[in-house]
Amino acid sequence: MPFIPHTEQDIAAMLASIGATNIDELFDEIPAALKSSKLTAIGDGLNEMQVARLMHERAALDNQPLNFIGAGAYEHHIPAAVWEIATRGEYYTAYTPYQAEASQGTLQTLYEYQTMIASLTGMDASNASLYDGASGLAEAILMAVRSHKSSRRVLLPSTVSPLYRSVAQSIVKLQGIELEEIHFCAETGNIVPESLDSHFARGDVAAVIIPQPNFFGALEDVDALTDKTHAHGALAIALVNPLSLALLKAPGQWGNKGADIAVGDGQPLGAPLSSGGPYFGFMSCKQALVRQMPGRIIGRTVDLDGKPGFTLTLQAREQHIRRAKATSNICSNQGLMVAATTIHMALLGSDGLRRAAAASHANTQALAVQAGGVQGVKRLFGTPHFHEVVLHLPESSARVLDSMAGQGISGGFDLQPHYPQLGNAILVCATETKTGEDIQRFVAALRHALH
Amino acid sequence: MSNPSNLKYTASHEWARTEADGTISIGITQHAQELLGDMVFVETPAVGRKVKAKEEVAVVESVKAAADVYAPVSGEVTAVNSELDSAPEAINADPYAAWMFRMKPDNAADVAALMDAAAYQAIVDSEAH
Repeated sequence: MPFIPHTEQDIAAMLASIGATNIDELFDEIPAALKSSKLTAIGDGLNEMQVARLMHERAALDNQPLNFIGAGAYEHHIPAAVWEIATRGEYYTAYTPYQAEASQGTLQTLYEYQTMIASLTGMDASNASLYDGASGLAEAILMAVRSHKSSRRVLLPSTVSPLYRSVAQSIVKLQGIELEEIHFCAETGNIVPESLDSHFARGDVAAVIIPQPNFFGALEDVDALTDKTHAHGALAIALVNPLSLALLKAPGQWGNKGADIAVGDGQPLGAPLSSGGPYFGFMSCKQALVRQMPGRIIGRTVDLDGKPGFTLTLQAREQHIRRAKATSNICSNQGLMVAATTIHMALLGSDGLRRAAAASHANTQALAVQAGGVQGVKRLFGTPHFHEVVLHLPESSARVLDSMAGQGISGGFDLQPHYPQLGNAILVCATETKTGEDIQRFVAALRHALH
Repeated sequence: MSNPSNLKYTASHEWARTEADGTISIGITQHAQELLGDMVFVETPAVGRKVKAKEEVAVVESVKAAADVYAPVSGEVTAVNSELDSAPEAINADPYAAWMFRMKPDNAADVAALMDAAAYQAIVDSEAH
Protein backbone atom coordinates (compact mmCIF):
# COMPACT_ATOMS: atom_id res chain seq x y z
CA MET A 1 0.00 0.00 0.00
CA PRO A 2 1.71 3.26 -1.08
CA PHE A 3 1.82 6.38 1.04
CA ILE A 4 0.35 9.24 -0.99
CA PRO A 5 1.00 12.64 0.60
CA HIS A 6 -1.14 15.69 -0.08
CA THR A 7 0.36 18.13 -2.60
CA GLU A 8 0.43 21.87 -1.97
CA GLN A 9 -2.44 22.11 -4.47
CA ASP A 10 -4.49 19.44 -2.61
CA ILE A 11 -4.05 21.32 0.65
CA ALA A 12 -4.96 24.69 -0.92
CA ALA A 13 -8.08 23.17 -2.49
CA MET A 14 -9.18 21.62 0.79
CA LEU A 15 -8.60 24.83 2.74
CA ALA A 16 -10.54 26.82 0.09
CA SER A 17 -13.41 24.38 0.30
CA ILE A 18 -13.85 24.96 4.05
CA GLY A 19 -13.06 28.68 3.88
CA ALA A 20 -9.77 28.64 5.75
CA THR A 21 -6.74 30.54 4.54
CA ASN A 22 -4.05 28.39 6.14
CA ILE A 23 -3.62 25.25 8.24
CA ASP A 24 -2.91 27.16 11.46
CA GLU A 25 -6.43 28.54 11.31
CA LEU A 26 -7.74 25.02 11.95
CA PHE A 27 -6.18 25.23 15.42
CA ASP A 28 -7.60 28.64 16.35
CA GLU A 29 -9.48 27.09 19.25
CA ILE A 30 -6.23 26.44 21.12
CA PRO A 31 -5.39 29.53 23.22
CA ALA A 32 -2.25 31.27 22.01
CA ALA A 33 -0.69 30.97 25.45
CA LEU A 34 -0.66 27.19 25.12
CA LYS A 35 1.10 27.17 21.75
CA SER A 36 4.86 27.03 21.62
CA SER A 37 6.32 29.31 19.03
CA LYS A 38 9.49 28.32 17.23
CA LEU A 39 11.11 25.13 18.52
CA THR A 40 14.49 26.75 19.06
CA ALA A 41 16.17 23.61 20.38
CA ILE A 42 15.55 21.80 17.12
CA GLY A 43 18.45 22.32 14.76
CA ASP A 44 18.44 22.68 10.99
CA GLY A 45 17.84 19.63 8.87
CA LEU A 46 20.74 17.34 8.02
CA ASN A 47 21.30 15.62 4.71
CA GLU A 48 21.80 11.88 4.44
CA MET A 49 25.59 12.10 4.44
CA GLN A 50 25.59 14.28 7.56
CA VAL A 51 23.15 11.97 9.35
CA ALA A 52 25.25 8.91 8.50
CA ARG A 53 28.35 10.61 9.90
CA LEU A 54 26.52 11.67 13.07
CA MET A 55 25.23 8.14 13.61
CA HIS A 56 28.72 6.66 13.17
CA GLU A 57 30.06 9.10 15.74
CA ARG A 58 27.30 8.28 18.19
CA ALA A 59 27.74 4.53 17.63
CA ALA A 60 31.45 4.88 18.38
CA LEU A 61 30.58 6.38 21.79
CA ASP A 62 28.90 3.09 22.65
CA ASN A 63 32.15 1.18 22.94
CA GLN A 64 30.39 -2.13 23.50
CA PRO A 65 31.35 -2.90 27.07
CA LEU A 66 30.89 -6.37 28.50
CA ASN A 67 27.38 -6.01 29.87
CA PHE A 68 26.10 -7.25 33.22
CA ILE A 69 23.13 -4.89 33.46
CA GLY A 70 19.60 -6.26 33.25
CA ALA A 71 17.01 -4.27 35.22
CA GLY A 72 14.30 -4.71 32.59
CA ALA A 73 16.27 -5.05 29.34
CA TYR A 74 18.26 -8.22 28.81
CA GLU A 75 21.06 -9.22 26.49
CA HIS A 76 20.18 -12.56 24.94
CA HIS A 77 21.47 -14.39 21.92
CA ILE A 78 19.21 -13.83 18.93
CA PRO A 79 19.73 -16.30 16.07
CA ALA A 80 20.77 -14.48 12.88
CA ALA A 81 17.76 -15.91 11.06
CA VAL A 82 15.34 -13.96 13.27
CA TRP A 83 16.03 -10.50 11.93
CA GLU A 84 16.90 -11.81 8.46
CA ILE A 85 13.30 -13.00 8.21
CA ALA A 86 11.68 -10.20 10.22
CA THR A 87 13.18 -7.49 8.02
CA ARG A 88 11.75 -8.94 4.80
CA GLY A 89 9.62 -6.39 3.01
CA GLU A 90 6.42 -8.27 3.83
CA TYR A 91 7.00 -7.80 7.57
CA TYR A 92 8.83 -4.51 7.63
CA THR A 93 6.27 -2.22 9.19
CA ALA A 94 5.44 -1.41 12.80
CA TYR A 95 1.72 -1.53 12.11
CA THR A 96 -1.09 -3.88 11.49
CA PRO A 97 -2.12 -2.88 7.98
CA TYR A 98 -5.17 -0.64 7.72
CA GLN A 99 -6.87 -3.03 5.33
CA ALA A 100 -5.89 -5.76 7.72
CA GLU A 101 -7.52 -8.78 6.11
CA ALA A 102 -5.67 -8.12 2.84
CA SER A 103 -2.46 -9.05 4.69
CA GLN A 104 -3.18 -12.62 5.72
CA GLY A 105 0.50 -13.42 6.33
CA THR A 106 0.86 -10.61 8.86
CA LEU A 107 -2.36 -11.62 10.59
CA GLN A 108 -1.28 -15.25 10.72
CA THR A 109 2.03 -14.22 12.31
CA LEU A 110 0.18 -12.17 14.94
CA TYR A 111 -2.24 -15.03 15.54
CA GLU A 112 0.64 -17.43 16.10
CA TYR A 113 2.30 -14.87 18.39
CA GLN A 114 -0.91 -14.65 20.45
CA THR A 115 -1.04 -18.43 20.66
CA MET A 116 2.55 -18.58 21.91
CA ILE A 117 2.02 -15.84 24.53
CA ALA A 118 -1.23 -17.40 25.75
CA SER A 119 0.54 -20.74 26.05
CA LEU A 120 3.61 -19.29 27.79
CA THR A 121 1.50 -17.39 30.33
CA GLY A 122 -1.16 -20.08 30.74
CA MET A 123 -3.94 -17.66 29.80
CA ASP A 124 -6.97 -17.98 27.51
CA ALA A 125 -6.35 -15.01 25.22
CA SER A 126 -3.55 -12.64 24.21
CA ASN A 127 -3.66 -9.36 22.33
CA ALA A 128 -1.36 -8.58 19.41
CA SER A 129 1.00 -6.60 21.73
CA LEU A 130 1.32 -3.19 23.38
CA TYR A 131 4.00 -0.51 23.27
CA ASP A 132 6.23 -1.79 26.07
CA GLY A 133 6.19 -3.48 29.46
CA ALA A 134 5.78 -0.31 31.52
CA SER A 135 2.82 1.11 29.57
CA GLY A 136 1.50 -2.47 29.42
CA LEU A 137 1.42 -2.50 33.23
CA ALA A 138 -0.55 0.77 33.17
CA GLU A 139 -2.98 -0.77 30.66
CA ALA A 140 -3.41 -3.80 32.92
CA ILE A 141 -4.24 -1.49 35.84
CA LEU A 142 -6.81 0.41 33.74
CA MET A 143 -8.28 -2.90 32.56
CA ALA A 144 -8.60 -4.22 36.11
CA VAL A 145 -10.26 -1.03 37.34
CA ARG A 146 -12.74 -1.07 34.41
CA SER A 147 -13.60 -4.64 35.16
CA HIS A 148 -13.80 -4.33 38.96
CA LYS A 149 -16.18 -1.32 38.77
CA SER A 150 -16.47 -0.60 42.50
CA SER A 151 -12.84 0.16 43.46
CA ARG A 152 -10.09 2.34 42.02
CA ARG A 153 -7.40 1.21 44.45
CA VAL A 154 -4.54 -0.90 43.14
CA LEU A 155 -1.71 -2.38 45.24
CA LEU A 156 1.69 -1.89 43.64
CA PRO A 157 4.70 -3.49 45.38
CA SER A 158 7.96 -1.56 45.58
CA THR A 159 9.61 -4.69 44.17
CA VAL A 160 8.20 -3.65 40.78
CA SER A 161 10.73 -1.77 38.63
CA PRO A 162 10.88 1.89 39.73
CA LEU A 163 10.66 2.93 36.08
CA TYR A 164 7.50 0.87 35.56
CA ARG A 165 5.96 2.36 38.70
CA SER A 166 6.71 5.85 37.50
CA VAL A 167 5.21 5.21 34.05
CA ALA A 168 2.11 3.55 35.52
CA GLN A 169 1.63 6.46 37.92
CA SER A 170 1.91 9.00 35.08
CA ILE A 171 -0.72 7.20 33.04
CA VAL A 172 -3.30 6.38 35.72
CA LYS A 173 -3.04 9.19 38.28
CA LEU A 174 -5.30 11.61 36.42
CA GLN A 175 -8.01 8.96 36.18
CA GLY A 176 -8.66 8.88 39.89
CA ILE A 177 -6.81 5.60 40.34
CA GLU A 178 -4.85 5.23 43.54
CA LEU A 179 -1.67 3.15 43.46
CA GLU A 180 -0.78 2.04 46.98
CA GLU A 181 2.80 1.00 47.58
CA ILE A 182 3.48 -2.34 49.24
CA HIS A 183 6.85 -2.40 51.00
CA PHE A 184 9.19 -5.35 50.71
CA CYS A 185 10.80 -7.32 53.50
CA ALA A 186 14.34 -5.97 54.05
CA GLU A 187 15.65 -9.46 54.75
CA THR A 188 14.25 -11.39 51.78
CA GLY A 189 13.61 -8.65 49.20
CA ASN A 190 10.11 -10.08 48.83
CA ILE A 191 6.53 -9.02 49.37
CA VAL A 192 5.19 -10.77 52.47
CA PRO A 193 1.61 -11.85 51.63
CA GLU A 194 0.39 -10.77 55.08
CA SER A 195 1.55 -7.22 54.37
CA LEU A 196 -1.43 -6.86 52.00
CA ASP A 197 -3.90 -7.37 54.85
CA SER A 198 -3.87 -3.82 56.18
CA HIS A 199 -4.62 -2.52 52.66
CA PHE A 200 -7.54 -4.90 52.19
CA ALA A 201 -8.83 -3.94 55.63
CA ARG A 202 -9.22 -0.34 54.44
CA GLY A 203 -11.78 -1.25 51.77
CA ASP A 204 -12.24 -2.79 48.32
CA VAL A 205 -9.16 -3.20 46.14
CA ALA A 206 -9.46 -3.55 42.35
CA ALA A 207 -6.19 -5.33 41.71
CA VAL A 208 -2.82 -6.41 43.07
CA ILE A 209 0.32 -6.35 40.91
CA ILE A 210 2.44 -9.46 41.44
CA PRO A 211 5.93 -9.27 39.87
CA GLN A 212 7.73 -12.52 39.01
CA PRO A 213 10.65 -12.40 39.23
CA ASN A 214 10.62 -9.07 41.03
CA PHE A 215 12.93 -6.16 40.21
CA PHE A 216 15.65 -7.65 42.46
CA GLY A 217 15.50 -10.89 40.46
CA ALA A 218 13.95 -12.63 43.48
CA LEU A 219 11.01 -15.00 43.22
CA GLU A 220 7.83 -13.90 44.98
CA ASP A 221 5.43 -16.28 46.70
CA VAL A 222 3.03 -15.94 43.77
CA ASP A 223 0.64 -18.70 44.87
CA ALA A 224 -0.02 -17.16 48.29
CA LEU A 225 -0.20 -13.62 46.85
CA THR A 226 -2.67 -14.69 44.14
CA ASP A 227 -4.91 -16.57 46.57
CA LYS A 228 -4.91 -13.69 49.04
CA THR A 229 -5.78 -11.27 46.22
CA HIS A 230 -8.70 -13.41 45.08
CA ALA A 231 -9.93 -13.95 48.63
CA HIS A 232 -10.49 -10.18 48.80
CA GLY A 233 -12.27 -9.94 45.47
CA ALA A 234 -9.39 -8.24 43.67
CA LEU A 235 -7.83 -9.17 40.33
CA ALA A 236 -4.31 -10.59 40.26
CA ILE A 237 -2.07 -8.92 37.65
CA ALA A 238 1.05 -10.97 36.93
CA LEU A 239 3.99 -8.83 35.82
CA VAL A 240 6.40 -11.37 34.39
CA ASN A 241 9.63 -11.81 32.47
CA PRO A 242 8.47 -14.00 29.56
CA LEU A 243 11.73 -15.94 29.32
CA SER A 244 11.48 -16.95 33.00
CA LEU A 245 8.18 -18.66 32.19
CA ALA A 246 10.14 -21.32 30.32
CA LEU A 247 11.16 -22.52 33.82
CA LEU A 248 8.65 -21.05 36.26
CA LYS A 249 4.95 -21.73 36.79
CA ALA A 250 2.75 -19.90 34.27
CA PRO A 251 0.62 -17.08 35.78
CA GLY A 252 -2.50 -18.98 34.71
CA GLN A 253 -1.51 -21.65 37.24
CA TRP A 254 -0.70 -19.38 40.18
CA GLY A 255 -2.61 -20.26 43.33
CA ASN A 256 -5.97 -21.95 43.22
CA LYS A 257 -7.52 -19.91 40.42
CA GLY A 258 -4.55 -18.49 38.52
CA ALA A 259 -3.73 -14.83 37.88
CA ASP A 260 -6.32 -12.87 35.88
CA ILE A 261 -4.05 -10.78 33.67
CA ALA A 262 -0.43 -11.40 32.62
CA VAL A 263 1.66 -8.54 31.29
CA GLY A 264 5.30 -7.70 30.73
CA ASP A 265 7.99 -6.60 28.31
CA GLY A 266 8.62 -8.91 25.38
CA GLN A 267 12.18 -7.68 24.80
CA PRO A 268 13.88 -10.86 26.12
CA LEU A 269 12.20 -12.80 23.30
CA GLY A 270 14.18 -11.63 20.27
CA ALA A 271 14.55 -7.86 20.55
CA PRO A 272 18.13 -6.54 20.76
CA LEU A 273 18.99 -4.07 23.55
CA SER A 274 19.58 -1.30 20.98
CA SER A 275 19.93 1.53 23.51
CA GLY A 276 16.47 1.00 24.97
CA GLY A 277 14.07 0.22 22.18
CA PRO A 278 11.92 -0.38 20.34
CA TYR A 279 10.66 -3.20 22.54
CA PHE A 280 7.06 -4.33 22.96
CA GLY A 281 4.64 -5.17 25.72
CA PHE A 282 2.66 -8.38 25.86
CA MET A 283 -0.66 -8.94 27.57
CA SER A 284 -2.88 -11.95 28.05
CA CYS A 285 -5.89 -12.64 30.23
CA LYS A 286 -8.64 -15.03 31.18
CA GLN A 287 -11.61 -15.41 28.85
CA ALA A 288 -13.93 -13.50 31.20
CA LEU A 289 -11.82 -10.33 30.82
CA VAL A 290 -11.21 -10.47 27.08
CA ARG A 291 -13.61 -7.63 26.25
CA GLN A 292 -11.77 -5.36 28.67
CA MET A 293 -8.38 -6.13 27.12
CA PRO A 294 -6.92 -3.23 25.10
CA GLY A 295 -5.16 -3.59 21.77
CA ARG A 296 -5.80 -5.56 18.64
CA ILE A 297 -6.79 -9.22 18.70
CA ILE A 298 -6.47 -11.49 15.68
CA GLY A 299 -8.89 -14.38 15.34
CA ARG A 300 -8.98 -17.43 13.08
CA THR A 301 -12.10 -18.05 11.05
CA VAL A 302 -13.26 -19.50 7.73
CA ASP A 303 -14.17 -17.59 4.58
CA LEU A 304 -17.28 -18.07 2.43
CA ASP A 305 -15.72 -21.13 0.81
CA GLY A 306 -14.87 -22.67 4.16
CA LYS A 307 -11.15 -21.99 3.82
CA PRO A 308 -9.28 -20.93 6.96
CA GLY A 309 -8.37 -17.27 7.28
CA PHE A 310 -7.40 -14.64 9.85
CA THR A 311 -9.28 -11.52 10.83
CA LEU A 312 -9.29 -8.71 13.37
CA THR A 313 -11.79 -9.64 16.03
CA LEU A 314 -13.58 -8.03 19.02
CA GLN A 315 -13.09 -4.63 17.38
CA ALA A 316 -16.09 -3.15 19.16
CA ARG A 317 -13.70 -2.54 22.12
CA GLU A 318 -11.50 -0.34 19.99
CA GLN A 319 -11.47 3.38 19.49
CA HIS A 320 -12.46 3.46 15.82
CA ILE A 321 -15.81 1.95 16.88
CA ARG A 322 -16.24 2.65 20.56
CA ARG A 323 -14.82 6.17 20.39
CA ALA A 324 -14.30 7.75 23.82
CA LYS A 325 -15.38 4.58 25.62
CA ALA A 326 -12.82 2.36 23.94
CA THR A 327 -10.74 0.08 26.18
CA SER A 328 -7.65 2.07 25.27
CA ASN A 329 -6.23 4.68 22.93
CA ILE A 330 -3.83 2.00 21.77
CA CYS A 331 -4.68 1.63 18.11
CA SER A 332 -1.55 0.04 16.86
CA ASN A 333 0.96 -2.49 18.01
CA GLN A 334 4.61 -3.26 17.74
CA GLY A 335 4.10 -5.46 14.69
CA LEU A 336 7.74 -5.69 13.66
CA MET A 337 8.99 -6.61 17.13
CA VAL A 338 6.22 -9.17 17.44
CA ALA A 339 7.13 -10.71 14.08
CA ALA A 340 10.71 -11.07 15.34
CA THR A 341 9.56 -12.59 18.61
CA THR A 342 7.31 -15.08 16.87
CA ILE A 343 10.20 -16.18 14.66
CA HIS A 344 12.57 -16.23 17.66
CA MET A 345 10.25 -18.45 19.71
CA ALA A 346 9.56 -20.71 16.74
CA LEU A 347 13.30 -21.15 16.13
CA LEU A 348 14.18 -21.81 19.77
CA GLY A 349 11.15 -23.90 20.59
CA SER A 350 10.14 -24.55 24.17
CA ASP A 351 13.33 -26.52 24.75
CA GLY A 352 15.54 -23.72 23.45
CA LEU A 353 13.76 -21.16 25.63
CA ARG A 354 14.19 -23.44 28.62
CA ARG A 355 17.90 -23.83 27.96
CA ALA A 356 18.43 -20.06 27.53
CA ALA A 357 16.53 -19.40 30.77
CA ALA A 358 18.40 -22.13 32.69
CA ALA A 359 21.82 -20.96 31.43
CA SER A 360 20.97 -17.36 32.44
CA HIS A 361 20.02 -18.56 35.89
CA ALA A 362 23.18 -20.67 36.26
CA ASN A 363 25.49 -17.88 35.03
CA THR A 364 23.97 -15.36 37.45
CA GLN A 365 24.33 -17.89 40.25
CA ALA A 366 28.01 -18.33 39.37
CA LEU A 367 28.47 -14.56 39.24
CA ALA A 368 26.82 -14.13 42.65
CA VAL A 369 29.02 -16.81 44.22
CA GLN A 370 32.27 -15.49 42.71
CA ALA A 371 31.49 -11.82 43.37
CA GLY A 372 30.57 -12.77 46.93
CA GLY A 373 34.17 -13.96 47.30
CA VAL A 374 35.48 -10.42 46.83
CA GLN A 375 36.28 -8.86 50.18
CA GLY A 376 33.49 -6.62 51.47
CA VAL A 377 31.00 -7.68 48.79
CA LYS A 378 27.94 -9.59 49.91
CA ARG A 379 24.80 -10.76 48.25
CA LEU A 380 21.60 -9.25 49.63
CA PHE A 381 18.48 -11.41 49.97
CA GLY A 382 19.22 -15.13 49.94
CA THR A 383 15.87 -15.64 48.22
CA PRO A 384 15.72 -17.92 45.15
CA HIS A 385 16.27 -15.81 42.03
CA PHE A 386 15.88 -16.04 38.26
CA HIS A 387 18.75 -14.29 36.49
CA GLU A 388 19.46 -11.21 38.59
CA VAL A 389 20.82 -10.71 42.10
CA VAL A 390 21.58 -7.75 44.35
CA LEU A 391 25.17 -7.20 45.52
CA HIS A 392 26.04 -4.92 48.41
CA LEU A 393 29.35 -3.06 48.04
CA PRO A 394 31.62 -1.69 50.73
CA GLU A 395 32.01 1.62 48.84
CA SER A 396 29.97 4.05 46.78
CA SER A 397 28.15 2.00 44.16
CA ALA A 398 28.30 4.85 41.66
CA ARG A 399 32.05 5.10 42.00
CA VAL A 400 32.57 1.34 41.70
CA LEU A 401 30.40 1.12 38.58
CA ASP A 402 32.28 4.06 37.14
CA SER A 403 35.59 2.34 37.73
CA MET A 404 34.29 -0.89 36.16
CA ALA A 405 33.06 1.08 33.15
CA GLY A 406 36.60 2.38 32.78
CA GLN A 407 37.68 -1.25 32.57
CA GLY A 408 35.21 -1.94 29.75
CA ILE A 409 32.52 -3.52 31.90
CA SER A 410 28.95 -2.41 32.54
CA GLY A 411 28.97 -3.80 36.05
CA GLY A 412 25.33 -3.49 37.03
CA PHE A 413 22.36 -1.25 37.69
CA ASP A 414 22.89 1.19 40.56
CA LEU A 415 20.02 0.65 43.01
CA GLN A 416 21.13 3.46 45.33
CA PRO A 417 19.06 6.29 43.79
CA HIS A 418 15.91 4.15 43.74
CA TYR A 419 16.31 2.17 46.96
CA PRO A 420 18.52 4.29 49.27
CA GLN A 421 17.56 2.03 52.19
CA LEU A 422 19.65 -0.74 50.60
CA GLY A 423 22.83 1.34 50.78
CA ASN A 424 25.51 0.77 48.13
CA ALA A 425 23.61 -1.91 46.26
CA ILE A 426 23.80 -2.90 42.61
CA LEU A 427 21.64 -5.24 40.55
CA VAL A 428 23.64 -7.64 38.37
CA CYS A 429 22.65 -10.03 35.60
CA ALA A 430 24.58 -12.65 33.63
CA THR A 431 22.52 -14.13 30.81
CA GLU A 432 23.40 -17.16 28.66
CA THR A 433 25.57 -14.82 26.56
CA LYS A 434 28.22 -14.70 29.31
CA THR A 435 31.05 -17.21 29.53
CA GLY A 436 32.98 -18.35 32.60
CA GLU A 437 35.80 -16.09 31.41
CA ASP A 438 33.42 -13.09 31.20
CA ILE A 439 32.38 -13.70 34.80
CA GLN A 440 36.03 -13.85 35.87
CA ARG A 441 36.59 -10.51 34.10
CA PHE A 442 33.65 -9.06 36.04
CA VAL A 443 35.07 -10.28 39.35
CA ALA A 444 38.57 -9.01 38.53
CA ALA A 445 37.19 -5.59 37.55
CA LEU A 446 35.12 -5.44 40.72
CA ARG A 447 38.14 -6.36 42.83
CA HIS A 448 40.26 -3.75 41.04
CA ALA A 449 37.57 -1.11 41.58
CA LEU A 450 37.46 -1.79 45.30
CA HIS A 451 41.17 -1.93 46.07
CA MET B 1 -42.10 -5.50 12.52
CA SER B 2 -44.12 -2.74 14.12
CA ASN B 3 -43.54 -1.44 17.63
CA PRO B 4 -45.92 -3.18 20.05
CA SER B 5 -48.53 -0.81 21.41
CA ASN B 6 -48.37 -2.26 24.95
CA LEU B 7 -44.76 -1.04 25.44
CA LYS B 8 -43.25 2.32 26.35
CA TYR B 9 -40.31 3.81 24.43
CA THR B 10 -37.40 6.24 24.76
CA ALA B 11 -35.77 8.52 22.21
CA SER B 12 -32.57 6.51 22.72
CA HIS B 13 -34.35 3.42 21.30
CA GLU B 14 -35.07 1.37 24.42
CA TRP B 15 -38.43 -0.24 25.08
CA ALA B 16 -39.90 -0.84 28.55
CA ARG B 17 -42.62 -3.29 29.56
CA THR B 18 -44.33 -3.17 32.93
CA GLU B 19 -44.49 -6.64 34.47
CA ALA B 20 -47.11 -8.01 36.86
CA ASP B 21 -44.84 -7.37 39.87
CA GLY B 22 -44.43 -3.70 39.03
CA THR B 23 -40.86 -4.05 37.68
CA ILE B 24 -40.11 -3.08 34.10
CA SER B 25 -38.24 -5.13 31.52
CA ILE B 26 -35.97 -3.21 29.15
CA GLY B 27 -34.64 -4.04 25.71
CA ILE B 28 -33.74 -2.26 22.50
CA THR B 29 -36.17 -1.60 19.66
CA GLN B 30 -36.49 -3.17 16.25
CA HIS B 31 -35.11 0.04 14.75
CA ALA B 32 -32.04 -0.09 17.01
CA GLN B 33 -31.25 -3.73 16.26
CA GLU B 34 -31.62 -3.09 12.53
CA LEU B 35 -29.11 -0.24 12.69
CA LEU B 36 -26.63 -2.17 14.80
CA GLY B 37 -26.73 -5.43 12.85
CA ASP B 38 -25.73 -8.88 14.06
CA MET B 39 -25.34 -8.86 17.84
CA VAL B 40 -22.27 -10.54 19.30
CA PHE B 41 -22.29 -9.52 22.96
CA VAL B 42 -24.42 -7.94 25.65
CA GLU B 43 -22.83 -6.50 28.78
CA THR B 44 -25.48 -6.47 31.49
CA PRO B 45 -25.40 -4.49 34.76
CA ALA B 46 -24.97 -5.83 38.29
CA VAL B 47 -28.24 -6.72 40.02
CA GLY B 48 -28.91 -4.28 42.84
CA ARG B 49 -27.30 -1.32 41.07
CA LYS B 50 -29.21 1.93 41.53
CA VAL B 51 -29.41 3.97 38.37
CA LYS B 52 -30.76 7.32 37.28
CA ALA B 53 -32.88 7.90 34.20
CA LYS B 54 -30.70 8.21 31.07
CA GLU B 55 -27.71 6.60 32.83
CA GLU B 56 -25.75 4.01 30.84
CA VAL B 57 -26.71 0.59 32.16
CA ALA B 58 -25.86 -2.00 29.53
CA VAL B 59 -23.79 -2.24 26.36
CA VAL B 60 -24.70 -4.06 23.17
CA GLU B 61 -21.99 -5.02 20.73
CA SER B 62 -22.63 -5.96 17.14
CA VAL B 63 -20.17 -6.94 14.45
CA LYS B 64 -19.89 -3.30 13.43
CA ALA B 65 -20.67 -1.19 16.47
CA ALA B 66 -21.03 -0.92 20.22
CA ALA B 67 -23.87 1.03 21.77
CA ASP B 68 -24.88 1.98 25.27
CA VAL B 69 -28.30 1.07 26.60
CA TYR B 70 -29.75 3.69 28.95
CA ALA B 71 -32.10 3.40 31.90
CA PRO B 72 -35.49 4.74 30.76
CA VAL B 73 -36.32 5.81 34.32
CA SER B 74 -34.58 5.97 37.71
CA GLY B 75 -34.68 2.84 39.84
CA GLU B 76 -32.84 -0.30 40.87
CA VAL B 77 -31.71 -3.17 38.65
CA THR B 78 -33.52 -6.30 39.83
CA ALA B 79 -32.61 -8.92 37.19
CA VAL B 80 -30.58 -9.47 34.05
CA ASN B 81 -31.32 -11.82 31.18
CA SER B 82 -28.37 -14.22 31.32
CA GLU B 83 -29.69 -16.14 28.31
CA LEU B 84 -28.28 -13.35 26.16
CA ASP B 85 -24.73 -14.24 27.31
CA SER B 86 -24.67 -17.24 25.03
CA ALA B 87 -27.33 -16.10 22.55
CA PRO B 88 -27.07 -12.35 21.86
CA GLU B 89 -28.54 -13.00 18.42
CA ALA B 90 -31.94 -13.37 20.14
CA ILE B 91 -32.05 -9.55 20.02
CA ASN B 92 -31.93 -9.65 16.22
CA ALA B 93 -34.49 -12.44 16.02
CA ASP B 94 -37.08 -10.78 18.26
CA PRO B 95 -36.00 -7.53 19.93
CA TYR B 96 -39.25 -7.23 21.87
CA ALA B 97 -38.86 -10.67 23.47
CA ALA B 98 -35.15 -10.28 24.25
CA TRP B 99 -35.20 -8.17 27.41
CA MET B 100 -31.78 -7.26 28.79
CA PHE B 101 -32.45 -6.22 32.37
CA ARG B 102 -35.32 -5.50 34.76
CA MET B 103 -35.67 -2.49 37.03
CA LYS B 104 -37.85 -1.51 39.94
CA PRO B 105 -38.75 2.10 39.07
CA ASP B 106 -38.55 4.73 41.80
CA ASN B 107 -41.82 6.19 40.50
CA ALA B 108 -44.36 4.29 38.42
CA ALA B 109 -45.42 7.65 37.01
CA ASP B 110 -42.01 7.99 35.28
CA VAL B 111 -42.80 4.89 33.25
CA ALA B 112 -46.25 6.16 32.32
CA ALA B 113 -44.60 9.38 31.11
CA LEU B 114 -42.44 7.56 28.52
CA MET B 115 -43.40 7.65 24.83
CA ASP B 116 -46.04 5.41 23.36
CA ALA B 117 -45.51 3.44 20.15
CA ALA B 118 -46.87 6.18 17.89
CA ALA B 119 -44.70 8.91 19.40
CA TYR B 120 -41.64 6.67 19.13
CA GLN B 121 -42.46 5.81 15.50
CA ALA B 122 -42.53 9.53 14.71
CA ILE B 123 -38.94 9.81 16.04
CA VAL B 124 -37.81 6.84 13.98
CA ASP B 125 -39.42 8.35 10.88
CA SER B 126 -37.77 11.71 11.48
CA GLU B 127 -34.35 10.02 11.87
CA ALA B 128 -34.80 8.37 8.51
CA HIS B 129 -34.27 11.70 6.77
